[in-house]
Amino acid sequence: MAAKKKQLSRRIRANWQMYLLLLIPVVITFIYKYIPMYGIQIAFRDFSANKGIFGSDWVGLYWFKRFFSSPNCLRMIRNTFLLSAFSLLWGFPVPIILSLCMNQLRFPKLKRVTQTVLYAPHFISTMVICGMIKIFLSPSGGLLNLILGSQVDFLTESTAFRTIYIVSGIWQDAGWGCIIYLATLATVDTCLYEAAKVDGASVWQRIVHIDLPALLPMAILNLILSAGSLMNVGFEKVWLLQTDLNKATSDIIAVYVYEQGIEHAKYSYSTAVGLFNTVINLLLLIIVNKIAKRHSDVEFV
Amino acid sequence: MKHSRNKFGLSDRTSSVILVIIALLLIVIVAYPIYYVLIASFSNPYDVYAGKTFFWPSGFTLRGYQAVFADSNIFRGYLNSAKYTIIGTAFSVVMLYITAYPLTQRDLPGRKAISLFFIITMYFGGGLIPTYLIVKETNLIGNMWALFLPGGVSVANMILVRNYFQNSIPHELIEAAEIDGCSKLKTFLKIVIPLSLPIMAVMVVFSMVAYWNDWFTALIYLPKPEMAPLPLVLRNILIKSSATAKQSSTISGGYAELNKITEMIKFSSIIVAAAPMLILYPMVQKYFEKGMMSGAVKG
Repeated sequence: MAAKKKQLSRRIRANWQMYLLLLIPVVITFIYKYIPMYGIQIAFRDFSANKGIFGSDWVGLYWFKRFFSSPNCLRMIRNTFLLSAFSLLWGFPVPIILSLCMNQLRFPKLKRVTQTVLYAPHFISTMVICGMIKIFLSPSGGLLNLILGSQVDFLTESTAFRTIYIVSGIWQDAGWGCIIYLATLATVDTCLYEAAKVDGASVWQRIVHIDLPALLPMAILNLILSAGSLMNVGFEKVWLLQTDLNKATSDIIAVYVYEQGIEHAKYSYSTAVGLFNTVINLLLLIIVNKIAKRHSDVEFV
Repeated sequence: MKHSRNKFGLSDRTSSVILVIIALLLIVIVAYPIYYVLIASFSNPYDVYAGKTFFWPSGFTLRGYQAVFADSNIFRGYLNSAKYTIIGTAFSVVMLYITAYPLTQRDLPGRKAISLFFIITMYFGGGLIPTYLIVKETNLIGNMWALFLPGGVSVANMILVRNYFQNSIPHELIEAAEIDGCSKLKTFLKIVIPLSLPIMAVMVVFSMVAYWNDWFTALIYLPKPEMAPLPLVLRNILIKSSATAKQSSTISGGYAELNKITEMIKFSSIIVAAAPMLILYPMVQKYFEKGMMSGAVKG
């Protein structure tokens, strides 16, 4: 025991420089990540600036009750869930299909150019993307209306909002989403392809029997991660594309949290609504993880 | 050998042609919207809205770009964004490195606990307002560092760097250096850092892109308009469609001319904002997959 302790203190001394390096990241993470976690308790308090985060009056579930009885509560939960679920449903398979195609492309130069082009939109700010969306969808002379020969203001149509959000999302990030699948496919043993060729397997058969099984674990992992953040639909694009007229589908929890918290300074209420969202997310993550564990050996958390 | 045609009756050559067509189609779908904005930025906006610029500029003009560079708000936004990007990237990459390297030391007491300390922040956080209150409490509202500090360590990237250290840097080199009497810090500085340039390049680009494109953090933490980064300045032009006061006072020719410039600025400012990162990323593209790969494999 004493020898072990001695050894431990020797190891600590041998690593003092490493602890010194870790000091700053640990302190910053503690202050800006962990103290806010502890500060979530203002969701159960009536925050007032002069009493501070930990001294304000305790009000229990008051803010949660208020949220659940607010007129748009159900609409917001529904919109958040549906926007996210549809994004996942449409967006998830695209990078897999793209990477399967690109991986079988026989011309290295074309493959390289395709990759470069497909990555491009990922490097553009959501602000600029939304500016482009506004230009393309403009009722007077926007590209889409020019092609359709119509004058529809798509951003005022609540039925079009989800499609706009999802299609632009796929355009922006599907290419980038390929990178991890392409990296996985690069590890496939080329002997398998040779053997398949000798056996007379076509490109299609090689994709189905070699590439797809190779991608499956990574795909499941990605699915779990996305399902676990299902309620974390991106605030930025929704906020920028929201208009008074498309709110029936664009009204989501994240935007409400921002408006109540930052614009109206209702700190406790906003935190409570945000916490509700986080809890649903955590539950989803646990459920999906359990299901995945039962059906395969993939597990993430 | 009879199987060389699959159930769709396609030979390898036909499949190959189909794949090439798919690739070309993808290139067009992804690149065309950007190309369209590019040619529109050199065109008369009325021609653009009349549908005369599908393939080539019409009524070639540089007035959109002149207006962008003459606009003092946009120029200041540009400088702000450049400043935030440079300082933020330096800060973030240093943070990634000084977190990742100690966590590769197998003999470090508490290594697992410290890793967990960081990883938890990937899944759970305080949320918008509690974080905002702490930033306020630490007097960072209106301070540039509010853009960098609350983000802390980007844990996903830190794991990529850590795995790169573990998988791509020969163990023998590090051991040899330590046997030769190098301290751990010296080994890190003299051997590990120089050998990790590919992953560093990737992290530098990731972080530059993140800071260059970020506006939400600035929206919350930097209320002063003169500190706004470029995307936030562009919000008035692109999303709210309003000309800034500076422009309207410097443009002669009345309302119609102002209107025209307002429309042109939309296209040219998009190009001006997107160009730096679109030029930058192909330079390190070859490292992306390498970095992802060595990072994705568990060490």
